[in-house]
Amino acid sequence: MDTPAATPASRTFNVPATASAADGAQTLIEIDSFDFYYGAKQALFDINLRLADKRVTAFIGPSGCGKSTLLRCLNRMNDLIDGTSVKRGNVKIRGIDIYGRDVDSIELRKRVGMVFQKSNPFPKSIYENITYGLRIQGVKSKARLDEVVEKSLRGAALWDEVKDRLHESGLGLSGGQQQRLCIARTIAVEPEVILMDEPCSALDPIATAKVEELIHELKKQFTIIIVTHSMQQAARCSDQTAFFYMGKLVEFGETRDIFMNPKNPQTEAYVSGRFG
Amino acid sequence: MKRFFDSELETFRSDLLRMGEVSIRQVREAIKALVEGDIGLADQVIAADDELDELEKRIDTEAIRYMNLRAPIATELRLVIVGMKASHDLERVGDEATSIAKRAIRLAAEPPLKPYVDIPRMAAIAIEMLRDALECFVHADKEKAIAVVKRDKEVDAINKQLYRELSSYMVETPSTTTRALELMFISKSLERIADHATNIAEEMVFLYEAQDIRHEESLKKFGKVD
Repeated sequence: MDTPAATPASRTFNVPATASAADGAQTLIEIDSFDFYYGAKQALFDINLRLADKRVTAFIGPSGCGKSTLLRCLNRMNDLIDGTSVKRGNVKIRGIDIYGRDVDSIELRKRVGMVFQKSNPFPKSIYENITYGLRIQGVKSKARLDEVVEKSLRGAALWDEVKDRLHESGLGLSGGQQQRLCIARTIAVEPEVILMDEPCSALDPIATAKVEELIHELKKQFTIIIVTHSMQQAARCSDQTAFFYMGKLVEFGETRDIFMNPKNPQTEAYVSGRFG
Repeated sequence: MKRFFDSELETFRSDLLRMGEVSIRQVREAIKALVEGDIGLADQVIAADDELDELEKRIDTEAIRYMNLRAPIATELRLVIVGMKASHDLERVGDEATSIAKRAIRLAAEPPLKPYVDIPRMAAIAIEMLRDALECFVHADKEKAIAVVKRDKEVDAINKQLYRELSSYMVETPSTTTRALELMFISKSLERIADHATNIAEEMVFLYEAQDIRHEESLKKFGKVD
């Protein structure tokens, strides 16, 4: 039995990772019988899903299918919207119910970071963008902050491009660089999970390719869930794919199966661009 | 810009080259087994065909996966499609080599009908054509590919000559019929191997030049191309 309610959230979400990065098969996120509402309107219906640790999962489906809603449920971003509610079911990360009464959503969001469709660097320097989260956490040591800045920017494949202008504004970077800066900012606080909501939809093909390369690198360290409208991106970047339609999970499986031999005719129609 | 999945195509290319090497070896050894009456070597050729079958399946599986998941276009798409076609040709080369090896075993039980001269000569040309076609793949050499296509006629001519010669053996000495027929089929196999080499050469022109040079002569006859 899981007893998350009795444990302070700040401790529960600092449980060290137990799965080895190589096996890729251990379940990290369990979603069971999950119903979600925007006011009276039900947006997600009975979602059941198991997401593996250190793998990339793509959420695909036509607009309004609930994929972004579910993504945002994974770090309780929807709490910030009035009238939203979970009427049934739960989401567990490492066995902990993230909707448990004692879970601190701020703490949760440190463990489950997010990268948005439109890059949103703070109107501060590149350096401060990366260190912002750590400073809030009370980290003051310059040596430590310098180290995290370099590590995060290297991790986001941006270091070589910005190392000589760390104290210039993050807003002076190109769109693709800004998005990688946001990824660097996300990984600076060392989350377990990175949620990406259409991270390349505002980027040109080269910047998109760079972010995709980055996703391929990041999955060695992080569990990644990406919402995308690009079938090619889902096919290229993800290990597993979940197809949603009208708030329901239609099909979930290994990406190669979903794209090469989907079981559901609706999935096939969608991945081949015939509806949605 | 290099992509993380580029290495998948490198494996695909090296699988195809491996098929090329194995099929050339198979033809060479099948002919050696025939000329030297070496049943053991012929058996080895027959057993080694499995590797070509497996490689063909692996190339097809990878091509289909790559097209599904990587959405290749232009040269990359042609590489995947040409890879599938060329691997099918090479697998058939392997089948012909196996067929020659089986006939070599049967022929080894009897005295040779005549000294083996034309068949090794034909085999040498077919093997050279295969090797050149694969070199076109490695070096994107269009001129060499066109030369391979032209050489097909040499092999066809020897095959026809052998057909006439072996037919006269059968007419003149009916007791030679079985052996003459085996040799006729071996000659036909070599002629087919040269056809597969021709196909591969044409496929390489399509790969690197996006130009379809197949059937140009027959199409010219019907006024379909300039």
